[in-house]
Amino acid sequence: MKIFLFHIILALVWTAVTATFSFENLIIGLILGYIVLLVVGPAIDQSGYTRRVYKAITLFLFFIKELFVSSIRVAKDVMRPGFHMKSGVVAIPLDVTGNLEITLLANMISLTPGTLSLEVSDDRKFLYIHAMYIDEGVDQVRHNIKEGMEQHIMEVMN
Amino acid sequence: MPASCSNGQKRRGIVLEVIAGILLITGGFFVFVAAVGILRLPDILMRMHASTKAGTLGAGLILLAVAFTYAEIGIISRVIAAIAFILMTAPVAAHTIGRAAYQSGITFWKGTIVDELQDYYHRSSKINTKSDKIPDID
Repeated sequence: MKIFLFHIILALVWTAVTATFSFENLIIGLILGYIVLLVVGPAIDQSGYTRRVYKAITLFLFFIKELFVSSIRVAKDVMRPGFHMKSGVVAIPLDVTGNLEITLLANMISLTPGTLSLEVSDDRKFLYIHAMYIDEGVDQVRHNIKEGMEQHIMEVMN
Repeated sequence: MPASCSNGQKRRGIVLEVIAGILLITGGFFVFVAAVGILRLPDILMRMHASTKAGTLGAGLILLAVAFTYAEIGIISRVIAAIAFILMTAPVAAHTIGRAAYQSGITFWKGTIVDELQDYYHRSSKINTKSDKIPDID
């Protein structure tokens, strides 16, 4: 948290030094601040801030990609006459612990077309999702969620 | 574009307009697909799939088109805020509706090949009594 504040201050210093308080310049300041933290980070911070910021951006881009790929898939099936998919409710064993991580995973699953989170078991070991495409088997659905989203979320949060 | 604009500014305006146009058309297409999906898909959970995506991709793309059209800080920050709030609230609504639908015992369409949640509700009687009890409204 402290290092995040430091990052913001670095960006503000950049806008002050260049004397342009515009949105674009603040973004440039943040990028330059990130480079500074990449260099001096290991000396002042043990939480791996720069790595987590990088992973968070990767997670975001991965999510956008998933959103597009599966939206197109659903759109195709909605527009095509007849239904060719197999749907069902699948239990996903959870490796992520903690409320924030599970909420994030469940929300991202709901936001991606083709999957919808329905329920978390009381002991937080399983997430039950409704999937639109389980043509390749239940295990494939589990594998996709675990190797894709859950893996990314764990890398950001740990 | 006013006539006083320089050539470079004019070109930038045209590029922004084309990007905004593409975003609008794609966004509109996904909202349209969502509407058709709600009408066409065979059971309620499948319809939820279609409807949440109108909120995310469709509305998100249309909002982005607004940001590109005006290309000024006040509008862009509001667009980012709106997209962030949509991304936070849409899945919660979808999850709640889907869960309520499942617990109220909807019938699945014939293409449903697996239901692993059924076992869970059956196993833990605690949840079963919780969800089966419908509160008296009157």
